[in-house]
Amino acid sequence: MASEKIIKNLLKASSVIILLIFAGMAYSMIKGAIPAFKEFGLFGFIFSTDWNPTEGNESYGALPFVAGTVITSLLALVICFPLAFSTSLFIAEYYRKTKIATMLSTLVDLLAGVPSIVYGLWGFYTIRPLIAELGYSGQGYGIFTSGLILAIMIIPYATSISNEIISMVPTELKEAAYSLGATRMEVIFNVILPNARSGLVAGYILALGRALGETMAVTMLIGNANIIPTGLFSPGNTMASVIANQFGEADGLKLSSLIAIGLLLFAVTAAVNAIGKVIIRKYA
Amino acid sequence: METKALIGEKDNSNWRELKNKLFFGTVVVLATLTISPILLIVYTLLSKGLKQINFDFFLKVAPDTLQAMTAVRNGEIIPGGIANGITGTLFMVLIASLMAIPVSIVIGIFLYENQGKKYANLIRSLTDILQGVPSVVLGLIAYIWIVQGVTKGFSALAGSVALAIMMLPLIIRSTEETMKMIPISIKEAGAALGVPYHKIILRVMIPSGFSGLMTGILLSISRVLGETAPLMLTTLGSTTVNFNITKPTSAVPLQIWEFYNNPNMIDLVWSSSLFLMAFVLTLNIIAKRISMRYS
Repeated sequence: MASEKIIKNLLKASSVIILLIFAGMAYSMIKGAIPAFKEFGLFGFIFSTDWNPTEGNESYGALPFVAGTVITSLLALVICFPLAFSTSLFIAEYYRKTKIATMLSTLVDLLAGVPSIVYGLWGFYTIRPLIAELGYSGQGYGIFTSGLILAIMIIPYATSISNEIISMVPTELKEAAYSLGATRMEVIFNVILPNARSGLVAGYILALGRALGETMAVTMLIGNANIIPTGLFSPGNTMASVIANQFGEADGLKLSSLIAIGLLLFAVTAAVNAIGKVIIRKYA
Repeated sequence: METKALIGEKDNSNWRELKNKLFFGTVVVLATLTISPILLIVYTLLSKGLKQINFDFFLKVAPDTLQAMTAVRNGEIIPGGIANGITGTLFMVLIASLMAIPVSIVIGIFLYENQGKKYANLIRSLTDILQGVPSVVLGLIAYIWIVQGVTKGFSALAGSVALAIMMLPLIIRSTEETMKMIPISIKEAGAALGVPYHKIILRVMIPSGFSGLMTGILLSISRVLGETAPLMLTTLGSTTVNFNITKPTSAVPLQIWEFYNNPNMIDLVWSSSLFLMAFVLTLNIIAKRISMRYS
């Protein structure tokens, strides 16, 4: 039928929009980043630690921000893991299908609804003074403070997948282990974990993808120093937060460098997310 | 491994039982620790922000620094409110929705109709990747496309485009998932009666998946409402109420950022954050209610 064909083609045509957005994004960002890559060289830009906006003496490099992003995100993942895994066990194993599990998972869902800037504010006024009080860093800014807030922000993303994976582990396997006299903890480590491993890994990779791109909360807590972090409580800067911070007064070579950092961030998050998705599709 | 432990000479069942209990205790403590931030955040916002919430807060624009400073010095509440931010947020989200919702639903239906085909799988993967792109990068894109290319200056349109690109993948995937849940027999019944294909989509699929579509749309709106970074790069902010899409516009998260950077306006930071969070959570709860009632 003619009308059917028209509709089918219309549906297909609409999907081209996604292709266009992608091609347009890649084109615009590469075009915007070229002046910076030309001036400093692709690897020169990525591996340089300079960030000097003085006119006539301009020099920009991405390494401090790449380092800051990777370190804060991995730290967030390390802090997030025990919290998210325990929460998943609580919801999907210990108190499976009870009222208290529903309540807990609703509260965890609410964590995902808190805007990034509100996390930043809360971290700034409650976590940061606490860390300053403990005496680890003068003002309480730094890698650890940002990593901690990031960890809280990515918990709902990590748990949403692991809840599902853990509850999907076949009951017969668990019952078989119990009938051999295994304790609940032994069932968790010898039956649930091996069965759910790849799904859990995928969930944490996707959570990592979230952490890499977080902007506002990190900007407010990391201290915005354009250096490679020297320790857990050292200030630093991330790719996302340097864009947000320095964009206001940027033009020319600086703008191009910020776009180049955006391009790097885009490539890294796309790669991390793609890996996570592939693992999920393969095993789950 | 287990059996060896069980038939071993030494009886270690007490130790295993103790370990089991300790582990359970740890799980409960860590799970409680996980949910404590949300309770603390809500408590902080309520205790510090509630006193600034009044009628003026919703009806007046943000005060200038001098007004705020005088009020703080006299121990009064800061006059004015966030009307420019509220209108700006609603305005930009409305435009973003108009751009994103129809297109996303059509693409979602396309993905549903072409399960397992190579081209559709490519589109689905790209949509997933788009969902993972950091919002600040989308801000950069909207800056290059709209601020530099179309409006030649910071504008509400640029902000809306950034928000629309964020909404696209969320609505596309929720549309596809919703369509998958509709029993295929309903579709077939329509086709058996000789109903043309487009009418099956408009009169059968979309109405029967309506609650699912609504949930996806509301959740995507609640996701973009709190976005700050892309708006900093695209709409800049404004001290007055603006409904011109080619002019800079304020938004609630942008105002929070401005108040945060101005030591005289600290009280307004908490009340506007409280408002933003209440708004986001209300949308979230409505979305969950809709999906629970109809599924």
